[in-house]
Amino acid sequence: MLTILFDGVAYGMLLFILACGLAVTLGLMNFVNLAHGAFAMAGGYVTVVLMQRFGVPFLACLPLAFVATALLGALAERTLYARLYSRSHLDQVLFSIGIVFMSIAAVDFLMGSQQQIVQIPAFLRGRVEILGVGVGVYRLLIIGLCGVLTLLLQWALASTRFGSQLRAAVDDARAARGLGIEVGRIFVVTFAVGSGLAGLGGALSAEIVGLDPTFPLKFMLYFLIVVTVGGTSGLTGPLLAALLLGVTDVAGKYLVPGLGAFIIYFVMIAILMLRPQGLFARGSA
Amino acid sequence: MSDASTLNGAAAPSGTPSGTPASTAPRDFLIGKSRWKPAEFAFWAVAVGALFALPDRHLLLNEIAILGLFTLSLDLILGFAGIVSLGHAAFLGIGAYAAGLLTKHGVSEPLTGLLAAGALAGAVGFLSSFLILRGTDLTRLMVTLGVALIFHELANRLDWITGGADGLLGVAPGPIAGLFEFDIFGTTAYAYSLAVLFVLFLLARRIVHSPFGLSLRALKDNRLRAGSLGIASARRIVAVYTLAAVYAGIAGALLTQTTQFVSLEILDFARSADALLVLVIGGTGYLYGGLVGAVAFTLLKDGLSAITPAYWLFWMGLFLVVLVLVGRDRMVERVRGLLARAVGRRA
Amino acid sequence: MTVASESSIALETRGLTKDFGGFRANSDVSIAVRRGSRHALIGPNGAGKTTFVNLLTGVLSATAGSVLLGGEDVTRASPQARVRKGMARTFQINQLFADLTPLETVALAVSERLGTGAQWWRRLGTRSEVVDEAAELLTRMRLGDVMTRRTAQLPYGKQRLLEMAAALACRPQVLLLDEPAAGVPEDERHEILDMVEALPAEVTVVLIEHDMELVFSFADRISVLVQGALFTEGTVDEIARDPRVRTVYLGEEVVHA
Ligand SMILES: Nc1ncnc2c1ncn2[C@@H]1O[C@H](COP(=O)(O)OP(=O)(O)OP(=O)(O)O)[C@@H](O)[C@H]1O
Ligand SMILES: [Mg+2]
Repeated sequence: MLTILFDGVAYGMLLFILACGLAVTLGLMNFVNLAHGAFAMAGGYVTVVLMQRFGVPFLACLPLAFVATALLGALAERTLYARLYSRSHLDQVLFSIGIVFMSIAAVDFLMGSQQQIVQIPAFLRGRVEILGVGVGVYRLLIIGLCGVLTLLLQWALASTRFGSQLRAAVDDARAARGLGIEVGRIFVVTFAVGSGLAGLGGALSAEIVGLDPTFPLKFMLYFLIVVTVGGTSGLTGPLLAALLLGVTDVAGKYLVPGLGAFIIYFVMIAILMLRPQGLFARGSA
Repeated sequence: MSDASTLNGAAAPSGTPSGTPASTAPRDFLIGKSRWKPAEFAFWAVAVGALFALPDRHLLLNEIAILGLFTLSLDLILGFAGIVSLGHAAFLGIGAYAAGLLTKHGVSEPLTGLLAAGALAGAVGFLSSFLILRGTDLTRLMVTLGVALIFHELANRLDWITGGADGLLGVAPGPIAGLFEFDIFGTTAYAYSLAVLFVLFLLARRIVHSPFGLSLRALKDNRLRAGSLGIASARRIVAVYTLAAVYAGIAGALLTQTTQFVSLEILDFARSADALLVLVIGGTGYLYGGLVGAVAFTLLKDGLSAITPAYWLFWMGLFLVVLVLVGRDRMVERVRGLLARAVGRRA
Repeated sequence: MTVASESSIALETRGLTKDFGGFRANSDVSIAVRRGSRHALIGPNGAGKTTFVNLLTGVLSATAGSVLLGGEDVTRASPQARVRKGMARTFQINQLFADLTPLETVALAVSERLGTGAQWWRRLGTRSEVVDEAAELLTRMRLGDVMTRRTAQLPYGKQRLLEMAAALACRPQVLLLDEPAAGVPEDERHEILDMVEALPAEVTVVLIEHDMELVFSFADRISVLVQGALFTEGTVDEIARDPRVRTVYLGEEVVHA
């Protein structure tokens, strides 16, 4: 039972890292980017290629996956996304579905449609006993890593100059520009970091949830759930939503295998109905 | 101060235009808007003509007609009421399975199947419409997507009924109204689908030009003002969403009956996304967008996926990206300009 | 006695309050507007006048207090239900159907009022009683020559007139006008203000307007709103003579100038 909880928390942490970039672009900047999962997938495949073709060790791949997808994100932001911030939601939806389709087809073409296997090193594969509960070392690592990243993000957003500039830019881009804030640069960096984290998440999650070209579609709804259910007023909401989602999903699959997916969808719809601003949004009616 | 009397409505006997009998110009203007244009006659003439002119293409034409109907139903909610849906395939799938199961279990007359499929999809549409009344575009996207996923999962789990991933095999519909037998060339199929499409199109056309249709456009344009004029937006949305679900359900039933097969794939996200793409290719909010888009899309898909199916997804994605970057309106205008020039040259 | 006075009140609020987060935009506002009267609501920018109208019409839901229309409590009623009960409004910032024509906009309101707004089997153009009424109203509102143009393409002044025409098409008993001439250039203002002056006498009008001269000539009673609360209320003479109103109002005006 506690193992399930533990696995659920690890999965939730992972979902949070995967989705936190979206929490900023969608939650704060109000850009409906359904293609966020494409960046996560990119991170996963970067890891696969580095490990299989170049023999890079798994742990060394993680920062590389982050950097590679962050660069990809920055490039995409500059060339494509930046033009679409002010467009209608329908346009944003169409555009990002287009990106999803292109990325699926491209990865399928380059890497094949089969499940990719990411071999995590032997020392991560074991189990340890903590307080009488058997937990996977790898999941422990994920919780630790994601926990640290979450704290870092919280701190960066709440207490750094960059964080306050971002909030100002999101609040009112024109006013922020008037104050001498380089809004364009802020957005690129934000987008790049968000994509990079998604890429890192993709690399970490390959072993747990698998990796194939349909990844962006399979997890699209999960990412959206994390952001919308979590609410858009900060990162705490999405974090809690991700943990809730992770635990529910894992527990559902173990305990009521026949109903696993249904529970998630029904709970999501119910929450969106009852609290359109998100479950953990502040000051909503 | 002469206005003081004139504003007092019919009681105003002053010399302003209000005293004279009502001109028919405003009525003519509105009726003119709903009158059939030459291009519309041409469109349907071509559609019927294809039945005779392209005898070896009936299977493809049938596919186009059904996609057209499915997209028309999306246009009703997106183009007229402004509701973005990422899960419209749910209703297509419900209709498709309803028709398939009905046929398999003894009721093989196709028109009965259509009605039953439309009714069932409509009932589900009615119930789920209450979920999209509140919230933003984004919550609607997720709710429609969620509903579609629920039905996908349901069809997957109930595999002893639906055949699961293998699909429902051996759907053998009887002759339409006991008269017209389906044939392997798809001739009956195309004629049947086209007839159904035409009837439902006429109905949609009538609705769009009615006070109800106008109120949909109004609440799409400005919900706040619509409410301030006394329009109960929620009811209108429930009504049009239900109607669109009926249409989609009938499209699904047509698909099952004419292809004699239905599988899980019909509930895929890609189906919903296809419909969106088809609609933006053809243009939203004038009813023909879905039909024109279905022609373009199917021909494009037929041509490109001849190379390989994976490429097709790529080109479709690229098309969407370019479409949005160039601007949907501008793109449509440009293509229309080209068409107009092409027609002009031939004339 | 009570019955008689109640029926002569067209619109009443009791302790109407609205909070936006921690900010109180309307605070315990109670007013009563007599049937057929010309009631002005004034106050400096940001006093909460538009918020008050939004509470009256149900665009916003009140934090506390109640709204009575013709003696009936409508605090929980939807905006459209309030329209059907006889309350219509204009918006300070245009809220029009950009893609529709004025003719369609007004015809829509008329068919809604006649209860045929949900009819789907008849084309709008064939409903002559609806279209004729709409066209006639538009002609009276000096929109006759533009009624078949797209609303988005109309000059701003015409759009302001359409705001009023749309509200009038609801044949309201109580009409709320939120700065009907807002943003209209000086030389076109009279066109709109003439229309305000010409409103049918039996309609109860609540007018929000910054132009004091106009308010004093138009209204028979005036409520002054300051920082969300009812500052004072009285006849035109009382308000015009009240030195506190001058300080509150003019003080603000000076700051803004
Ligand atoms: N939706 C809202 N959320 C938060 N604050 C609001 C909202 N609407 C209005 N306010 C605030 O409430 C106060 C009153 O605004 P309101 O628009 O009612 O003033 P007003 O009297 O109509 O001003 P004006 O004369 O400029 O039209 C303002 O300080 C405004 O910033
Ligand atoms: Mg105001």
